[in-house]
Amino acid sequence: MSITSTEDTAERLARLEQTIEHLLAEAKRLGASAAEASVGSSAGLEVGVRLGEVETVEHTRDNGLGITVYFGNRRGSSSTTDLSPDSLRAAVKAACAIAVHTQEDPCAHLADAALMAHGMLDLDLYHPWPIGVEEAIAIAAECEDAARAFDPRIVNSEGASLSAHSGLQVYGNSHGFVGGYPSTRHGLSCAVIGEEGDTMQRDYWWTSARAAADLEPARLVGERAAQRTVARLGGRQLGTCKAPVLFRAEVATGLVRSLVSAISGGSLYRRASFLLDHLGERLFPEFMRIHEEPHLPRGLSSAPFDSDGVATWAKDLVSEGVLRTYVLDAYSGCRLKLPTTGNGGGVRNLVVAMGERDRAGLLALMGTGLFVTELMGHGVNAVTGDYSRGAAGFWVENGEIAYPVEEITIAGNLKSMYAGLVAVGNDCDFPGSTRTGSWLIDEMTIAGQ
Amino acid sequence: MNDPIAIARNSILVPAGLDDHHLDRLLGLLAGSHLDAADIYFQKSRLQSWVLEDGIIKDGNFSIEQGVGIRAVSGEKTGFAYSDELEYPALAQAAEAARAIARAGSEKRVRIGHVQAQRRLYEPIDPLESLPDEDKVDLLRRVDAEARRQDPRIKEVSASVVAVQDTVLVLGDDGTLAADVRPLVRLNVSVIAEDQGRREQGGSGGGARTDLGWFLVEDRAMEFAREAVRLALTNLEAEPAPAGSMTVVLGPGWPGVLLHEAIGHGLEGDFNRKGTSAFAGRVGERVAAPGVTVVDDGTLPGRRGSLNMDDEGTTTQSTVLIEDGILRGYMQDKLNARLMGVKSTGNGRRESYAHLPMPRMTNTYMLAGTRDPREIIASVPRGLYAVNFGGGQVDITSGKFVFSTSEAYLIEDGKIGRPVKGATLIGNGPDVLTRVSMIGNDLALDTGVGTCGKEGQSVPVGVGQPTLRIDSLTVGGTGSE
Repeated sequence: MSITSTEDTAERLARLEQTIEHLLAEAKRLGASAAEASVGSSAGLEVGVRLGEVETVEHTRDNGLGITVYFGNRRGSSSTTDLSPDSLRAAVKAACAIAVHTQEDPCAHLADAALMAHGMLDLDLYHPWPIGVEEAIAIAAECEDAARAFDPRIVNSEGASLSAHSGLQVYGNSHGFVGGYPSTRHGLSCAVIGEEGDTMQRDYWWTSARAAADLEPARLVGERAAQRTVARLGGRQLGTCKAPVLFRAEVATGLVRSLVSAISGGSLYRRASFLLDHLGERLFPEFMRIHEEPHLPRGLSSAPFDSDGVATWAKDLVSEGVLRTYVLDAYSGCRLKLPTTGNGGGVRNLVVAMGERDRAGLLALMGTGLFVTELMGHGVNAVTGDYSRGAAGFWVENGEIAYPVEEITIAGNLKSMYAGLVAVGNDCDFPGSTRTGSWLIDEMTIAGQ
Repeated sequence: MNDPIAIARNSILVPAGLDDHHLDRLLGLLAGSHLDAADIYFQKSRLQSWVLEDGIIKDGNFSIEQGVGIRAVSGEKTGFAYSDELEYPALAQAAEAARAIARAGSEKRVRIGHVQAQRRLYEPIDPLESLPDEDKVDLLRRVDAEARRQDPRIKEVSASVVAVQDTVLVLGDDGTLAADVRPLVRLNVSVIAEDQGRREQGGSGGGARTDLGWFLVEDRAMEFAREAVRLALTNLEAEPAPAGSMTVVLGPGWPGVLLHEAIGHGLEGDFNRKGTSAFAGRVGERVAAPGVTVVDDGTLPGRRGSLNMDDEGTTTQSTVLIEDGILRGYMQDKLNARLMGVKSTGNGRRESYAHLPMPRMTNTYMLAGTRDPREIIASVPRGLYAVNFGGGQVDITSGKFVFSTSEAYLIEDGKIGRPVKGATLIGNGPDVLTRVSMIGNDLALDTGVGTCGKEGQSVPVGVGQPTLRIDSLTVGGTGSE
């Protein structure tokens, strides 16, 4: 990976901003009444180590641009990986050719000019990691070694991999708004295989951060991967029953994602959501709060403005258990006759308010039930909220883990699962842009033997 | 012009000012004495899509992705670099980065190979130009009208049509010089039905490696519209699915996603070389009931999962995975085949130039048996008849797999009964097929909608099977009995 100094970054940002201006000018020349464009450029290094040997060394380098043109309320878009001047002109022309055939859509326009972000917030997202291939290999190897040495039942490995990425993203539109910033993202992950009798289990762990210094130590990542793998050995099925279910913190993020998807403008205006017309209604018990923090320094999905150029702001999605806002961009907001919430491109860093209990406390509160540590498959119906997924984890008796379980499903309906939330723990222990502890749900149907 | 090599040269190499001399030099840079294999993958992918929503053509997009991926392999080590700039200096830099995986060797003179004879499972056409744009958007409008005309409870219709032309050129230090021009078209319809406050979704679609005219013949596009409506209306009536272990009858065609998840991934060469698959080391063992034969076949003309050659330039083939219940073999790319001492089966695929190839499925299906499907249903006193599915997933190490129904019915006293809501089915790959007790005579392939994800890479695939009776599978509903 090339090591770039700050001066280089400023120059490259300026060049991408110029590219945006060329694109917008070309759109205007071809008769578009408005246009918006984004350009990105990134580079990175990824190394993989397996069984102590280097397996892959990948040098990544990606460029891309996308442009949307508007002719009144008709639009067309195009994208390309080729940033040469000829290609830029061709892309604008292609977008205009598309707009000939699209139809008048009253909501097809740029976001309100008054909402554009101004004064670029520095969210501390750029921490290049000038790591060499040899050093990257050494860190990945240390991680995998720690996993393999953790327990004699760890007999095989899918390896450990380290990645270091840096990139620039610039967006602009014909309101005169142009904004861009550099960002970095680095990570380390490890997956190992345990064996007991004639069955094998695999599990993994990972760390991810904007700055290398914020990554979990390699040894800990490896040990955690091994610990999780070994804990799954000897898993058995359960009989079909109804029981309370504790979703381990990193698995509970899926329940947050389903909520966000159901309150997103695109799902709502297509009537493809089980939470239509629920704004202002109580979805969760009163203790529940979900807060969006788009300006979190070094946050994994922090951004000063959204994909419409609209300034982002912190807000509660849920407080006192009540749904306080939908998640809207300019287009879906217009469709729902509501203002944008600055969520073009999605939500940015969600924090679920932590409860009082740690994991042991949650297990004790559950008493007897299922502790889910992995979910499989796509069995979530966004239109009805019906939920049925493959699961693995542990059966819990009297607040203590009794034995690992696998090859079971858990089923319910998201609306009643949200309403039946008993507690959120304070045991957030994984990286990611959604911060939450484990979730205890009062009752679900478990299918097994 | 109808020759893939000529099309690839003219659309990718010529605009970048690259000639055979440059390609020879690049291969020479890579072919240091310590490398076991090296290849260069040029790609240009053009895509056009149209979207209809709320009865209007709302959006359209045109995109071009092009670049080169350069790979150098030494033992089990792979060095890889890619570039979306195609000029020679960028390529030479990428080649240097890729080959750093091996100790430096002296440059070797390598010549690009001879073109191999090509098969034609599909023509090297440009599907983007296969219909005027007016006709593409008109097709979506007719799909919309057809869906809405079926039933007043249909409240929302969205439809999209996509055409892709993917041109690839592969050069290898083993003398490979091969190109493929791959058309791919796809049409999707999704509807929402509402009745008395209840809402359900239905979706349908299809695709193939051909031109967009394919949707106009046999009334295909309108059939997709009617099918999406039928599914949504069926689900409006559905009750909670039962929970527990029971007999499951799977319908023909798309339910073959069972084979893809339960056994397909576990038989990919990389997992078996590394010993991480539940199927590792089990060739020759019984993994399915007698009568069960499963193949992965990349040679079906025009199919979504078919390829004239894989992404390493190897001609695709039909590979027997399970023969009469016995595990016969794995799907291989060049790297894993070499390390396991076998030949590539033409399953080396990659999402794009920016990804490394690995063993992937093409069209995976079970051959037909002899039973009349009606006889199979009639044999079940109580169970689940599942005919449509959403996605699936597998943990290849434990062998556990899931797939979720989007259309299913109870079977009561040998008859198809009430529809039940989406339920996830879960099982264990190495033994689920041992519980197959009846195989229908109605083998069908899916309509061309499958996309398979592995290690972050997506590729188009096909699946198929006849009606199957599985004596015991866990069904994850919420209903009691």
